[in-house]
Amino acid sequence: MTTTTASPTPVGPARRGARRSVLTTLLGRQPLGIAFSLPYALFLAAVFAYPLGLAAYISFHDYFFTAPGAAVDRPFVGFDNYTAALSDPGVRKSFVNIVVFLVINVPLTVVLSLLLANALNGAIRGRTFLRVAFYVPYISASVAVVAVWLFLFSKNGMVNQVLGPLAPDPSWLVNSSLAMPLIAFFVTWKQLGLYILLYLAALQGVPKELYEAASMDGAGKLRSLWSVTVPGIRPATTLVVLLSTITGANLFTEPYLLTNGGGPDGASASPVFVMYQRGIEQGNPDVAAAIGVMLVLGVLLISLVNKRLLERD
Amino acid sequence: MTTVTSGVPVVDLPDPDDPHDEPEHKDHRATSWPKMILLSLGALAFLFPFYYMLIGSLQEEPDTSVAGAFPTDGFTLHNYSQINERVNLVRSLINSGIFTGGVILCTLVFGILAGYALARLHYRGAGTLFAALLLVQLVPFQLLIIPLYVMIVRSYGLADSYAGMILPFAISSTAVFIFRQFFLQLPEELFSAARIDGAGELRILWSIALPLVRPAILTAVLLTFIGPWNEFLWPFLITKEADLQPLAVSLANYISNVAGRAANPYGAILAGACVLAAPAITLFVVFQRHFTASDIGSGVKG
Repeated sequence: MTTTTASPTPVGPARRGARRSVLTTLLGRQPLGIAFSLPYALFLAAVFAYPLGLAAYISFHDYFFTAPGAAVDRPFVGFDNYTAALSDPGVRKSFVNIVVFLVINVPLTVVLSLLLANALNGAIRGRTFLRVAFYVPYISASVAVVAVWLFLFSKNGMVNQVLGPLAPDPSWLVNSSLAMPLIAFFVTWKQLGLYILLYLAALQGVPKELYEAASMDGAGKLRSLWSVTVPGIRPATTLVVLLSTITGANLFTEPYLLTNGGGPDGASASPVFVMYQRGIEQGNPDVAAAIGVMLVLGVLLISLVNKRLLERD
Repeated sequence: MTTVTSGVPVVDLPDPDDPHDEPEHKDHRATSWPKMILLSLGALAFLFPFYYMLIGSLQEEPDTSVAGAFPTDGFTLHNYSQINERVNLVRSLINSGIFTGGVILCTLVFGILAGYALARLHYRGAGTLFAALLLVQLVPFQLLIIPLYVMIVRSYGLADSYAGMILPFAISSTAVFIFRQFFLQLPEELFSAARIDGAGELRILWSIALPLVRPAILTAVLLTFIGPWNEFLWPFLITKEADLQPLAVSLANYISNVAGRAANPYGAILAGACVLAAPAITLFVVFQRHFTASDIGSGVKG
C-alpha cells in the first residue's frame, strides 16, 4: 500500500475501484455465486435446454440412428415428420388416450386429495399413521405396484371374484374401453399422497378467522369448505392440476406393463409409449421427436391456460 | 465464529405433525364419524394392495378368492428363491443402489451449492437460473427421451454404463428448490456477521448454514431417493446388459417376458415387487417426520 501512495501515479487505487465496479455490474456483487451455481446451470443446459433444441432439430430433419462419430447426410425435410406423425392412426389414438386419461385423472385427483387433506387437517387420532398410509403408494416404484394391480385385476383376480357376475367381459386389462380408465384410476391412486401433502401445506395458510366468520354467518361445514377452503387454497389447486397433467404426459410404465404394451388395439397406448415404439424400436427418431415436440408444446399450453383460469380473481 | 452462531436464534420450523408444536387452541371434541370413515376407507384403499403384495409373495399357490387374502397356512419363501433364479436380486439391488447413490451424491454436492447461491448470493444470472429451475418442472422428462437417447447412447456411447444412467437425473431440481427455500429462511444477520468476521462463503456454507438446514437435507435426500430408485423408462432404454440393470428394470423385464413360463408367476412377481418396494417404504416410515406437509410446503410456497 505504501508503495502505491508513494508512486507518481496516484490514480492506482481509484482505477482499481473503477475496475471493481465494472466487474460488479458485469458479474454481480458476489460473483462467487456464479461458480457455485455453474455445475447446476451446466446440468440444466445439457439435460434440458440442449435436448429440447436437439428434439426440434431432429423433428425437422430426416434423422436416423448411426454409430458414434459417423458423418451422414440428414436433409432438412420441413414439417414432413409432423405430417407423418399426425397421419399415423396409432399416434392419433395415443393422443386421444391421453385426453381420456387426463379427463378422468385430473378432476379425480383434485377432488379426492382435497377431501382427504381436509379430513386429515387438524387434530385427529392416528394422524401420523394415516398420513404415512396415504403416501406409501406415491413413494413405491410403479413397477412394484403394477405387479400387485396385475394380480388384483387379472381375469380370475380378486376384483373379479368379488364382482362375481358383474365382472366385465373381456376383463379389465384386456378390455379396450376399460383399460385406459383403469390406468387413469391407478395413477390417481398412486400419486394422491403427494397431492394430499401439498393441500395439507396449503390448508395451514388459510386464516382460522375466516372459518369463524363463516360459521358466525351461519355457514355449514360443506358451505365453508366451498366458500372458504376452496378459494383459500387456489394456488395449491393450480399446482396440483399442473403436476398431475405433467405426470399424465409422462405416462409410460403403466400402459407398458399393466396392459402389456398398449392394451388391445393400442387402446391404452400413451404418447411416450408410441414414441418409444416408433422412435427406438422401429428406428424412426425423427417422427418420435416430432411427437415429443408437439407434446411439450401441448403441456406448456395447458400449463399457461390452467394458470390463467385458476389464478384469476 | 462461535460468537456468531451463538447469537443467532435457532431456526425452528413449525411441524404440524409434532404434538409439541400443536397450537394451544387444539379442540378436544371427538372426531366426527363421517370424517373418520372417509379416512379409514382411504387408508384401507391405500394399504390393502401392499398387504396383498406381501401375502401373495408368501403363498405357494395363488388364491384369488376373498378368503385367500387372509390365509392361515401354506406360507413359503419359495417365490423369493424363484425370482432370484431368474433375476439376480443382489446384483440388481446393487445396481439400483449405485444409480440412486450417484444421483443423491451429485444432488447433495452441486444442489446445495446452487441452492445456497440462489438464496444468499447476489450475482449476474441468478434470476435467470431460478426461472430455468421453475421452467424445467414444466417439461415432462419422458418427452425428451429421443434426444437424450441420441446424445447419451449414440453420441457419447454411454449405453450400458452407470454414468449414462445417472446423467439425466444427476441434480434434482426439486432438491435445489428445497435447499434454496431453507437457506432463504435463515436470518441475513447471520451471514453478514460471518462475512465481517472474514469467513469465506464456502466456510459460511459449511460451518454455519448447513448445520442449520439439516432437516432440509434429509427431506431432499428422501425426495431425491424415490426418483432414480423407482425410475423405469430411462435405465430400461439404455441398459441391454442384465448385469447392469437396476431392479425396477429387471423385474419389469421378468413381468413382460418370462412370467408365463414360471410355475407360480404371480408369486414370483410379487416377491420381486416386495424386494423393490421395501427399501423406499422402510426409509419413509423411519424418517416420516422429515416428509411432512411443512417440509413439502416450504418447498412449494416459494
